[in-house]
Amino acid sequence: MLSVIWETEGLQTVGIVVLVFASIKLLHLLGLISFSEDSVEDELELSAVRHRPEGLEQLEAQTRFSRKELQILYRGFKNECPSGVVNEETFKDIYSQFFPQGDASTYAHFLFNAFDTDHNGSVSFEDFVMGLSILLRGTVQEKLNWAFNLYDINKDGYITKEEMLDIMKAIYDMMGKCTYPVLKEETPRQHVEVFFQKMDKNKDGVVTIDEFIDCCQNDENIMRSMHLFENVL
Amino acid sequence: MAAGVAAWLPFARAAAIGWMPVANLPMPVAPTEKSKRQDELIILNVSGRRFQTWRNTLDRYPDTLLGSSEKEFFYNEETKEYFFDRDPDVFRSVLNFYRTGKLHYPRYECISSYDEELAFFGIVPEIIGDCCYEEYKDRKRENDAKLPNMTFRETMWRAFENPHTSTMALVFYYVTGFFIAVSVITNVVETVPCGSAPNQKEVPCGERYTVAFFCMDTACVMIFTVEYLMRLFAAPSRYRFMRSVMSIIDVVAILPYYIGLVMTDNEDVSGAFVTLRVFRVFRIFKFSRHSQGLRILGYTLKSCASELGFLLFSLTMAIIIFATVMFYAEKGSSSSKFTSIPASFWYTIVTMTTLGYGDMVPKTIAGKIFGSICSLSGVLVIALPVPVIVSNFSRIYHQNQRADKRRAQKVQKARLARIRISKTGSSSAFLHSKRNGLFNEALELTSSTEEEQRLTKSTSLLESQHHHLLHCLEKTTNHEFVDEQYYQQSYLEAGLQNYPSRSPSLSSQDGVTGTCCTRRSKKHHTPLPNASAPAHMQPLTHTHTHQQGLQELSTIHIQPLSTSRSSLNMRVDEPAPLNCQSSQITTAIISIPTPPVTTPEGDAHLPAGPTHQNVVKVSAL
Repeated sequence: MLSVIWETEGLQTVGIVVLVFASIKLLHLLGLISFSEDSVEDELELSAVRHRPEGLEQLEAQTRFSRKELQILYRGFKNECPSGVVNEETFKDIYSQFFPQGDASTYAHFLFNAFDTDHNGSVSFEDFVMGLSILLRGTVQEKLNWAFNLYDINKDGYITKEEMLDIMKAIYDMMGKCTYPVLKEETPRQHVEVFFQKMDKNKDGVVTIDEFIDCCQNDENIMRSMHLFENVL
Repeated sequence: MAAGVAAWLPFARAAAIGWMPVANLPMPVAPTEKSKRQDELIILNVSGRRFQTWRNTLDRYPDTLLGSSEKEFFYNEETKEYFFDRDPDVFRSVLNFYRTGKLHYPRYECISSYDEELAFFGIVPEIIGDCCYEEYKDRKRENDAKLPNMTFRETMWRAFENPHTSTMALVFYYVTGFFIAVSVITNVVETVPCGSAPNQKEVPCGERYTVAFFCMDTACVMIFTVEYLMRLFAAPSRYRFMRSVMSIIDVVAILPYYIGLVMTDNEDVSGAFVTLRVFRVFRIFKFSRHSQGLRILGYTLKSCASELGFLLFSLTMAIIIFATVMFYAEKGSSSSKFTSIPASFWYTIVTMTTLGYGDMVPKTIAGKIFGSICSLSGVLVIALPVPVIVSNFSRIYHQNQRADKRRAQKVQKARLARIRISKTGSSSAFLHSKRNGLFNEALELTSSTEEEQRLTKSTSLLESQHHHLLHCLEKTTNHEFVDEQYYQQSYLEAGLQNYPSRSPSLSSQDGVTGTCCTRRSKKHHTPLPNASAPAHMQPLTHTHTHQQGLQELSTIHIQPLSTSRSSLNMRVDEPAPLNCQSSQITTAIISIPTPPVTTPEGDAHLPAGPTHQNVVKVSAL
């Protein structure tokens, strides 16, 4: 007799257990409860930064662009960066699209630092437009200043050979692999040597801003190329 | 170049000023904007709904209908708008593509109408953004699958393999699953002792309700047989199907019944018949068709076969050793259960796997000592290969879980491939335009506008500006972009020779006869002008600066005459400008076997020359 009671109770227990599991599974199927911890929300990027630029009049006063030009520039800028600022990754992406054969990310990094004048890690529309104003509408002196700023990576007022080598390698990286003649290891270094021979007047191993501007103003090729992009935009 | 960043081209060009102080060579002249068009709004009237956008927006994708001059065909003079007699709803997505650079596929849209609209507007569906690409592909597949030209056999096979394709398949899937479960439960319940009258001994239900169980069994086997035959009929390759694991399981599951039918009367083999009934339990493996997890388990075990084998081997070694030791240790004790070494196997196994039933225990001290050593080493021996098996299982399991993510990765890879193709497209576009590039500059010097227009029509302003940018980079670094093929050739030759001007290997020139008459570059010749052009470019770039302007001009003046005749061929990447400089080159190159220059101007300049393979054409100076 006892065994029969135990049997029935055992069967009841088993039945209850099965029922419980089945209901859990049903709820899981219906989506009311979830077992796994990893959620899909890590895919969303929070771009909480929203930046609104200064008014059109102020920008017009600060830069040498006309109203219409500023409008065109802003439309393009906002199209690519709806949040109003460019961070370095987006910057690198955009710049790399123009150089399909090579790797433009290092040079884009230097360029980003040159545009990001307040060094806050993002380029707002004002930074962008100020930089462009210098490059496209500035005097030769301003343009050379800007170029010096670009080469001077640590912004200490001197261009050393190492800094120039970094910049040179970045430029050569943009060429990519398939070039003619074939790029060799010492090509950037040789180019840096040529550059320093030309620019470093007192042979102290660094190029100061005055040496730089002096030398560029005496070089016809460089002077001519400074005016090359004036009709852009 | 992804035209979404076309707006940033002015920025990239301005930033090129950063290269100027570093460059040693003079920069090329920038392309001028011939007609400085103000940014104007254009109106697109699609079946009555008016869309407006900037002209520049549409110019971003010059190889589509709206971005090219093809839309001029739809221009309505009276209303000053472009009229398209198409679906305005789909046009919304098309126009958004120009605006944002991403093509979206609206879910409510019929896939074939969407495809038609895309084809009309010249947009390739492959550039649909990742957000909508899955949906698009799924719908496309469904649509293609609805094609009526699938035979009945193929539909059946598809229904068997993917139960979700149609309701019938789903019904069939669940019915077979149900009957598998019923059959397994029947087999199990058959053996349970059913309550019977207290005076009789307990009989299993199977013997009490023989008829019922027999009917149940027959029904299940009927269904399984029908299913197996249907699968056999529908299988595309019957031989392969019959060899597959699942079909073997099916056969093994139903065979005992038929064998039982055949030999019920024969008493001698009824023992074997009983054994055969054991195989009925294999019906449970039919569930693996229904369960992904079971299949994974099976794969795991298969993949861990070597580890399992090692485990088994080491266990066997240890068992034999310890069994022997225990036997000899317990030999002395009386009434010991360790009657022989094989008898000790049982004790060793039970101890090593830490089961410890207790039906055989050592009684002597030596036996107990060796017994404890046995159990300790058992733990070690088993614990070693187990993590390997576990890790294999988790790897395969996660791999399977990530199959969905892998599908997304495939989309990503396809997208990267598309980007790569467009990149190579743009870089080869640049190499093509280099041929015309020099010509452009030369023309700029003479500022002859008609030829300019005819020439630059082939490239949009955006492209020419981009090419100018790349050209500036070339001048800065004093290296040139070449295409992959030429790079490899010159790379090899850099090791072999160092001629002042490189020429690609002659073998690649075999196909090119120097006849001007065969100037239409056949497709397989196109790499050759590419390859040969840079060869001439090199001395060009060096001689360019050294020549007096006058001489260049004089050579150039000849060009306009020929271009007027050959302007039709301009689209093809002929090394047109080469001829104007070839006079300077001839002296440098004559000593080296040079590729014959196929130019369209050949017949004007060299009537006799073309017949020779290696003669460089000389322009009539």
